[in-house]
Amino acid sequence: MISGWKSCAVVLAMAATAAMPAVAAETPKRGGTLTYLIPADAPPSLDAHRETTYVTMHTGAPFYSVLIRVNPDNPASTTDFVCDLCTEMPQPTDGGKTYTFKIRQGVKFHDGSPLTAEDAAASWNKIVFPAEGMLSARSSNFEMVDKVAATDPQTVVFHLKFATAAFLPALADPYGWIYEKRILDKDPHWYEKNIMGSGPFKFVSYDVGQAIRGERNPDYYRPGQPYLDAIVGLYAPKQATRVDALRSDRAAIEFRGLPPAASEELKAALGKDFASQESDWNCGSVVTVNEKKKPFDDVRVRRALTLAIDRWHGAEALSKIADVRTVGSLIFPGDPMAPSTEQLHEIAGFWRDIDKSRAEAKRLLKEAGAEGLNFELLNRDVDQPYKYVGIWIIDEWNKIGVKVTQKVLPSGPWLAAERGGDFSVVLQANCHSIVNPLIDVQPYLSSSISKQNYGNYEDPKEQEIYDKAFHETDPAMQKQLMFQFAKHVMDTEAHKLVLPWWHRIVPYHAYVKGWKISPSHYLNQDLANIWLDK
Amino acid sequence: MHRYIINRILLVFPTLIGAAALVFILMRLVPGDICLVRLGSGGTSFSTQALAQCHADIGIDRPWILQFGDFLWGLARFDFGISMWSGKPVVQEIATRFPISLEVAVMATIIAVAIAIPLGTISALRQNSWIDLVVRTFSIAGLATPSFWLGIVSILIVLDVTQAISGHPWMPPIDYVPLWKDPLRNLSIVALPAITIGYRYAAVSMRMTRSAMLEVLREDYIRTARAKGLINRIIINRHALKNALLPVVTVIGIEFAFLIGGLVVTEQVFNLNGIGRLMVLSVQNQDYTMTQALVMLVVTIAVLSNLVVDLLYAWLDPRVRLA
Repeated sequence: MISGWKSCAVVLAMAATAAMPAVAAETPKRGGTLTYLIPADAPPSLDAHRETTYVTMHTGAPFYSVLIRVNPDNPASTTDFVCDLCTEMPQPTDGGKTYTFKIRQGVKFHDGSPLTAEDAAASWNKIVFPAEGMLSARSSNFEMVDKVAATDPQTVVFHLKFATAAFLPALADPYGWIYEKRILDKDPHWYEKNIMGSGPFKFVSYDVGQAIRGERNPDYYRPGQPYLDAIVGLYAPKQATRVDALRSDRAAIEFRGLPPAASEELKAALGKDFASQESDWNCGSVVTVNEKKKPFDDVRVRRALTLAIDRWHGAEALSKIADVRTVGSLIFPGDPMAPSTEQLHEIAGFWRDIDKSRAEAKRLLKEAGAEGLNFELLNRDVDQPYKYVGIWIIDEWNKIGVKVTQKVLPSGPWLAAERGGDFSVVLQANCHSIVNPLIDVQPYLSSSISKQNYGNYEDPKEQEIYDKAFHETDPAMQKQLMFQFAKHVMDTEAHKLVLPWWHRIVPYHAYVKGWKISPSHYLNQDLANIWLDK
Repeated sequence: MHRYIINRILLVFPTLIGAAALVFILMRLVPGDICLVRLGSGGTSFSTQALAQCHADIGIDRPWILQFGDFLWGLARFDFGISMWSGKPVVQEIATRFPISLEVAVMATIIAVAIAIPLGTISALRQNSWIDLVVRTFSIAGLATPSFWLGIVSILIVLDVTQAISGHPWMPPIDYVPLWKDPLRNLSIVALPAITIGYRYAAVSMRMTRSAMLEVLREDYIRTARAKGLINRIIINRHALKNALLPVVTVIGIEFAFLIGGLVVTEQVFNLNGIGRLMVLSVQNQDYTMTQALVMLVVTIAVLSNLVVDLLYAWLDPRVRLA
């Protein structure tokens, strides 16, 4: 199934990397210290299994290995998964329900002990079946997994309850760090405050809110890697500080991404020392309507709201000032399952003719008796891209006579208002690491099924389409079902108003080589393939 | 004098308990909680079980009254608990960051005092002269300029100037090093924030010094001292300045207490991992234990600063201790 997408993925990957500087055919140089910026204060804990923030990832990923991962030489692809600790990507057996991974021999943890299949199984069991009292942030992504077991020191087997295309992408989750079983058995919370893995770099020091330091792991299992002697991650929450630090070469790169204006500022300041890479970002901007509140229980009102938004022109203008760019459905635009532009034009709010679209919106509002509608948009107190996008859609709605005010709340109260249903319309983001459309769209399922769906609706028809897609193993059929799903959610029922996808811009010093951008700031962060051309 | 000191010290305790109750209640009145921020702020999905487990892990699923009891019991034992965000002892988290804020506050105070008292005095002595005009303009500019703005601009100026001179922009390091480990690097990190904060601080103190001096210089005892034929230096230093310093000391004390926890924006601008930045982070993350401890720390410092100021008052002005 994965191979069935390969040709399409290669084309997409080429397109996504078109803006990249030439990195091929250069021989990596050994040595040097990479100083990079982490745009935050400090991670809540150092245990990737329990955290969801990228801060944990940017702090700890260089110290750990994973079972499988996105190809670090082709991270723009959403379907190119390769082994990290395993020796070969397995072909599923038992009708697609059993995956058997052989673990590399001779891999050592940084404390010198050998890494075996027991460690991989223990780590994955911790993620998929967390013990009482243990927090696993992504266990719900693995509802298809029945059992994880090490059958011998070199073999770990995943038994699934049913065959699904969602399993391998979920397994390539960058948070699936492999921990040492011996330590987990002794204290399952040990990794929350300590770092000890088998990755390309060995842990040196960690000053909370200041810096994380690592040195080259001479026993790393990939010959020649890592190229760097050392890494230093500096925590810098303020964007202005990060831009200044990049300009003055206090740091070489910041992996999360900067807004277009900051990137332009650096380009002007650094001149020929400037490089940057861009990618669509696996973060969808989505407006959720609280269907428990009138008149939003009326599909005509919801359709009018989505029809009013001119995504095609808006995205073009917004991309100059905000971290958004590509118009797409609720499936990541670079994924083979994403609908084509022609298919998008069939969905309400994505029509070619905005005047026709807005005329229809006005007609629907009139028919629903909601002319002169006014409401409050709940938004998050984060500039990029929430506030920019919020102001834009308010203006778009104004064009069909809908008056909207904006209520901006800090993250905690914003989340609480969503969960408590204390809103009419809210602007959200749906972010993921690995692009895995079948899992990524789960927050759009009926509220009784997805606790992250704050739209307060029940839709059996939507669930029926989703279930078919989730269990479908033929890529073409699955793509067709996913389009049906998108059309149903975005148009027929207009549960979700999907806005332009986030766009990731990573500016850096041109002497940083080897790193390639991916659709998520969670991916490709072990830094093993980075080298410095100084 | 002893009774005066004991009275002042005894007043510290009700103030601290009042602040503790206030911060405890206010934090819990804010909608949302740390687990929502922790699991959901990245826009990623999380399960209801994960949320419940997180609540149980940090104990915020228990009734408020139990949480408050624990908090007070901890305070009584100087145990501020564990940070809900990092899982580390609050004392350890604060101890990491306190020296940075303290160093900046001390340096800013030294700069402020070194500028404010001489210039304020000269300005008063040369009232309405061109010197007075310059000093007043300098101090009003300091009052009108926000420290964070000055901080941002000063970094940009340093970047531009160094680029113009050497071709390579330079800015101070953004990772703190203690003074005893690398004095030069430490000073290069702390100097700019201390100067930008010290300038505003100096402006406040300078104006206070000037007006206090002007008032004192018009007092009868100064006229008497001049009539007695005392030399001007002794009149100024021994009689005028010492008395004029009373309100200045108050201002310096209040400002110093503010600097310890109040450098919220400046610490962010200069990427200083101090108490102010920790305060912002803990409020943003709704880390109750950390915010409570930080507020208690700031309140304690404010109360102690006021105590020191009161004691200095008594030393500077015998009328206070005799009253």
